Amino acid sequence: MSRRSLLEIRNLRVRVNGQEILKGITLAVYPGEVHSIMGPNGSGKSTLAQVLAGREVYEIVEGEVLYDGEDLLLMPPEERARRGIFLAFQYPVEIPGVSNLHFLKAAVNTIRKQRGLPELDAMEFLALAREKAKLVELDENLLQRAVNDGFSGGEKKRNEIFQMTVLEPRLAILDETDSGLDIDALRVVAQGINALRHPDRAIVLITHYQRLLNYVAPDVVHVLYDGRIVKSGGKELALELEEKGYGWIAEEIIGSPRS
Amino acid sequence: MKDMGLDQRPEQALYRTHFAQWNERIGAREPVWLRARREAAFARFEAVGFPTTRQEEWRFTNIAPVLRVPFQLAAAWPECSLPDEWLAPYREWAAHHLVFVNGHFVGEIPADGPAWGALARGIRALLGEEPEIVEPHLARGAEDASNAFTALNAAFLTDGAFVRIPRGTIVETPIHLLFLTLDAGTPVVTHPRNVILAEENSQATIIESYVGLGDGQYFTNAVTEIWAGENAIVQHYKVQRESRAAFHIASVRIAEERTAIVLDFSIALGAALARTDIMAILKGEGAECALNGFYWARDQQLVDHHTVIEHVAPYGMSREFYKGILDDEARGVFDGTIVVRPGAQKTDARQVNKNLLLSTNALVNTNPRLQILADDVKCSHGATIGHLDEDALFYCRTRGLDAETAREMLTYAFASDLLNTIAFGPLRRSVGEWVLTKWPEGGMLKELL
Ligand SMILES: Nc1ncnc2c1ncn2[C@@H]1O[C@H](COP(=O)(O)OP(=O)(O)OP(=O)(O)O)[C@@H](O)[C@H]1O
Ligand SMILES: [Mg+2]
Repeated sequence: MSRRSLLEIRNLRVRVNGQEILKGITLAVYPGEVHSIMGPNGSGKSTLAQVLAGREVYEIVEGEVLYDGEDLLLMPPEERARRGIFLAFQYPVEIPGVSNLHFLKAAVNTIRKQRGLPELDAMEFLALAREKAKLVELDENLLQRAVNDGFSGGEKKRNEIFQMTVLEPRLAILDETDSGLDIDALRVVAQGINALRHPDRAIVLITHYQRLLNYVAPDVVHVLYDGRIVKSGGKELALELEEKGYGWIAEEIIGSPRS
Repeated sequence: MKDMGLDQRPEQALYRTHFAQWNERIGAREPVWLRARREAAFARFEAVGFPTTRQEEWRFTNIAPVLRVPFQLAAAWPECSLPDEWLAPYREWAAHHLVFVNGHFVGEIPADGPAWGALARGIRALLGEEPEIVEPHLARGAEDASNAFTALNAAFLTDGAFVRIPRGTIVETPIHLLFLTLDAGTPVVTHPRNVILAEENSQATIIESYVGLGDGQYFTNAVTEIWAGENAIVQHYKVQRESRAAFHIASVRIAEERTAIVLDFSIALGAALARTDIMAILKGEGAECALNGFYWARDQQLVDHHTVIEHVAPYGMSREFYKGILDDEARGVFDGTIVVRPGAQKTDARQVNKNLLLSTNALVNTNPRLQILADDVKCSHGATIGHLDEDALFYCRTRGLDAETAREMLTYAFASDLLNTIAFGPLRRSVGEWVLTKWPEGGMLKELL
């Protein structure tokens, strides 16, 4: 009996404002795996991530996405979250007026309720939040502040990882969570990701750099180029990209060097 | 001279009838000076007449619906005990309550604890016992020459609160003036008048609540006068939770002496049509005032705030911060004037009005006006009208919150920075609850308070 994929994307084509951004993506992620998606700016990485999280501005032209065997594209974003999908945003959103802690508690309890688990009271949640904050070395003051409000770039990324470790998703999609981090933060983010690794879970890392992959070894590396996955391989592919850039891939597909 | 015959101003006829009734009922039993002032006020009302939308001040607020209803002058509440449930929402407030029903003082619920040194009484009772205390402060005149509603309020001066904080006294316990209006079947009009005097170096917090009991139609026409003596610190909250069929028209006049500090916070949640005029005059050098406001209107509610801050003396400071949430087909009006008189050098004034529209049919008119007649001043103003942030909504939903909860959370977040400044904790929590409990998912958001 073959294992069932956790995420299966088949020939996904997506349009925004009349322009096709994703031009037929096919990808299968199995439980326990870490996939890395790399690709030049504007190639459609965030678009793919946002579509998987349920952003409505994107128009699905063709294709399907199965999550745990079910049609993901029919589910509203909150349903996806409740079933265990988590997107760490490339640009986390600021929400003035809502404390980080209250926000996450509301999220945790909505998700727990959905799963038939008892809600956490204030004390239980605080204990959980403190434990996870320590894990990702998130300053406790940030828990009391409004969600991402006035956070530095690195603090926002760390906060995304913090939320991820608290919510314990089955499928985590991290959109350039390693960008704009100093070396300590990078290690901490990697720590958070590694702590999440589990045979039942899968992680999709969108990144430009090899350096995160030094800490989190991916099982598969994909190259997204102009809305298509043009190449997939093992972790050595990431090293090759780091070394040679994306130009050689362009040559490979188009067949001639770009001027 | 203009002809002001009956036929030209039919909408005033009702109030003419009221005036005759009121004179008959009470006129013989009141001091001569008061009767004279009331008559002068009624004459001013007749001269001014009700405003129309052709007048700049009333351009966006058509009061025709108010004038269509044959209100009766509210009679005194005959019972001497108050049903418990009327006061239940305020039991947790550690405050000194003065309770008015249909505009008439019915009793007080003193705060526990030691004597507190302030005078807080019903005006009608004081008129009977010690009229000389109130005489210098009641309806003295020309200040209402251009406002028909203020003039009407003076003409029908019935009752209200008289609060005096003696020199040097710090009153820790807030004084709560609770105006309840009953739904008795026939629409009534009340004209509450409050006088708040904070003498030199005194401090106090006054909360005025206007609450409808039931869904009935009625009309509250209130006037509050606040005088802050030298160095006095006054916090004044007006919480308007009238019935959704009611009309609420109010004015708050504030006068500040040297280095006095006044905070006025207008919270408007109820009524079909609500209009509040706030006028603050910073008479003394170095006086400060903060005018805050929060309005939240749904369905076809109309909520209008007109504010005027007048800097007369140098080194004054004013801060104004109004926030409004408008849903459905509701309409909001904010009109804020800052006047800096020629002598008021070194004035520092700032005004901000922010509005959140939750529906495409909601509307707000925001109008900042600066009249600066001095040259060495710092004045700024800004107004915004916006919608909920789609990115933030999506972000919330990717964390498992359903769309409605996310919308409510972000809506509350819009208001929370302002509402969180309410210093009196029980009021802060109550206001939060009054807003949230009206929302489908608000219950779960209560812990955000
Ligand atoms: N809402 C939108 N409206 C218009 N164009 C969009 C929208 N979203 C994405 N695009 C366009 O789609 C293309 C892919 O964008 P996307 O953000 O997915 O790229 P990316 O691979 O994540 O790039 P980066 O590495 O810079 O983050 C870009 O050309 C972008 O301008
Ligand atoms: Mg991107």
